[in-house]
Amino acid sequence: MAQRIIIDPVTRIEGHAKISIHLDDAGNVSDAEFHVVEFRGFEKFCEGRPYSEMPGITPRICGICPVSHLLASAKAGDAIMAVNIPPAADKLRRLMNLGQFIQSHALSFFHLSAPDFLLGWDTPPAQRNVFGLIAANKELARAGIRLRQFGQEVIQILGGQKVHPAWAVPGGVRSALSEAGRAKIRAWLPEAHATTRVAFDLFKHTMETHKREVQFFGNFPSLFMGLVEPDGTWEHHGGKLRFTDSSGCIIADQLEPSKYADYIAEAAHPGSYLKSPYYSPLGCPDGMYRVGPLARLNVAERMGTPLADAELKLFKGLGRGAVTSSFLYHYARLIEILTCIERVEQLMDDPELGSDYLRADAGINSLRGVGVSEAPRGTLFHDYTVDRDGLLRKVNLIVATGQNNLAMNQTVAQIARHYVRGTDIPEAMLNRVEHGIRCYDPCLSCSTHAVGQMPLEVRLLGPDGALLNRVTRG
Amino acid sequence: MAARTFTIDGKLVTAEENATVLDAATEAGIDIPTLCHLEGVYDVGACRLCLVEVTGIGKLLPACTTRVAEGMEIKTDSERLRKYRRMTIELLFAERNHVCAVCVANSHCELQALACRLGMDHVRYDYTFPRWSVDNTHTLFGMDHNRCILCTRCVRVCWHIEGAGTKNVSGRGSHSHIISDLNQSWGSSETCTRCGKCVMGCPTGALFAKGVTVSEMERDRTKLEFIVTAREKKQWIA
Ligand code: SF4
Ligand code: SF4
Ligand code: FES
Repeated sequence: MAQRIIIDPVTRIEGHAKISIHLDDAGNVSDAEFHVVEFRGFEKFCEGRPYSEMPGITPRICGICPVSHLLASAKAGDAIMAVNIPPAADKLRRLMNLGQFIQSHALSFFHLSAPDFLLGWDTPPAQRNVFGLIAANKELARAGIRLRQFGQEVIQILGGQKVHPAWAVPGGVRSALSEAGRAKIRAWLPEAHATTRVAFDLFKHTMETHKREVQFFGNFPSLFMGLVEPDGTWEHHGGKLRFTDSSGCIIADQLEPSKYADYIAEAAHPGSYLKSPYYSPLGCPDGMYRVGPLARLNVAERMGTPLADAELKLFKGLGRGAVTSSFLYHYARLIEILTCIERVEQLMDDPELGSDYLRADAGINSLRGVGVSEAPRGTLFHDYTVDRDGLLRKVNLIVATGQNNLAMNQTVAQIARHYVRGTDIPEAMLNRVEHGIRCYDPCLSCSTHAVGQMPLEVRLLGPDGALLNRVTRG
Repeated sequence: MAARTFTIDGKLVTAEENATVLDAATEAGIDIPTLCHLEGVYDVGACRLCLVEVTGIGKLLPACTTRVAEGMEIKTDSERLRKYRRMTIELLFAERNHVCAVCVANSHCELQALACRLGMDHVRYDYTFPRWSVDNTHTLFGMDHNRCILCTRCVRVCWHIEGAGTKNVSGRGSHSHIISDLNQSWGSSETCTRCGKCVMGCPTGALFAKGVTVSEMERDRTKLEFIVTAREKKQWIA
């Protein structure tokens, strides 16, 4: 059997985000590809392991969102045991997920994105980072760092000091919220609220000064997907899936998340490991959908908490039907931070969080278990097939960045169209393409280079596929 | 019983004549690293971590199976011993697949603790990455051969404390592995009483309670010791 395995040392070692921009016969940008280097090997080497170990293994897929993998994995385990987890365990898992949203969104907004729109696109990359932000606005940078710490603190209080806590387990969680932990979280809430208000003011001003960006940073029709409660309220760790289109119409609702294969298909790309998921009833590319904060706010009718609901109204006013500009991912992220803080606040009054009934026990009652949870970047699927002894036969993971890949391609193409003339790759375009990608907060190590610029490799290709120009930086 | 007088690390020590060097050292408050030794069952000298130097004898001797003798001069710590122990523990890691970060025994593992104590910061040998499987067929317990160090504690516990005789060693050299009954799945064993003593005795993450996740496998060995003491001292016979 002839097989060729090519490992591209450049992408592996340097971690460049690779982008190909295709020109048509007239020399205009026809489309673009943002090459996500996904490591599918993970699914392979989990095979043969007991499913109960997965909440310990999968958080290592990604150092940026380990909690999301932990929760989806524990959920898949619940499904294999076919149990309803104790109510306190569900609330505690939710609390941890809220903490994860806050810390991840705060990182994305303050550390990674704010330097771009506060300091200006064309500020040299050496200053356009969190240190530049500290120099320009020390208070804001500090508040942002503290907000992220707040989210991390929630996670740590529950999961312990470990980097990768296997705190959520199939059937529930391992420990409750301590009274000391509750007091600590409570005391931090006013500050978290205050920082969020500052961030809102800041972003609203940015929307005024960045009308162009709102217009063409990934502004195009697509579907949106996210979890919602039965009445259409925003959900993050339960509920069912909803798809809406760009006019805001619900095209499918209350879809059973575990049956994702009935409505999500994965398009394979020749010459790449990557598979791009799409909504199968509409085919590819019409079934292209976005996930993450923008999508969740588009599919939700309400946030379910008063302050965030007031913001959601303003947000919804920015679109006709759905809000289609990916630049507004930032706004959506802030609204999610707000609802998360409000929800944490509500949970702090719930005595059940201190319960000692935290874990259901059962054997293997289902040979397949799918765990679906909203991660900060979008809906995350863990799909495990086990044998009768609970050893994994097959693992399928669908992550947010993969689902957003088609939309990210379009975003890059749209931005490129404004800047590419002839075979030049102007610096101005690189800076904006970089930010276009950041709107999605993709979970790639390259996207989290808070210090300095995102390592980029942009290739310009002619209609026949010939390389016209190539720029690398970082 | 006659007593023997000898020195350990220069310290004058007295012990009963049939005591092992390990017993005597423990009694004298001198800590020798061990791995296959388990309180309550006889020693087999399988892991070679308890090696000591005895003056006049060229080769190193395992403390757990060497009897004390009159006038013996024993050294439990030296450059040479540290070198061998370090080598031994590295070989144990290279022999199978130990991924501590995701192991059920992480931070409650004797192998891991010993590696830390002996200052193992990396393994100088090539990992062999053998393909061992997980036996999860038992209703209560699981066995991951990837993490087994063949200390045979489970075998001795199973035969000599529980008396079931389920566990055994099969194969030679790098093919050696722990089996149940006639090399069948643990779940299909007819002799296993499901007492869990082997799980309690295992120093690593190889034997575990089913369903546990990372770092959850904490063991309570005092129960094993309790049973053995009660039996030896005939506490159960009124
Ligand atoms: S058995 Fe011990 S040494 Fe081996 S992987 Fe587990 S914790 Fe690490
Ligand atoms: S299973 Fe545990 S107790 Fe048994 S030989 Fe292996 S490491 Fe030792
Ligand atoms: S403890 Fe003596 S050889 Fe293992």
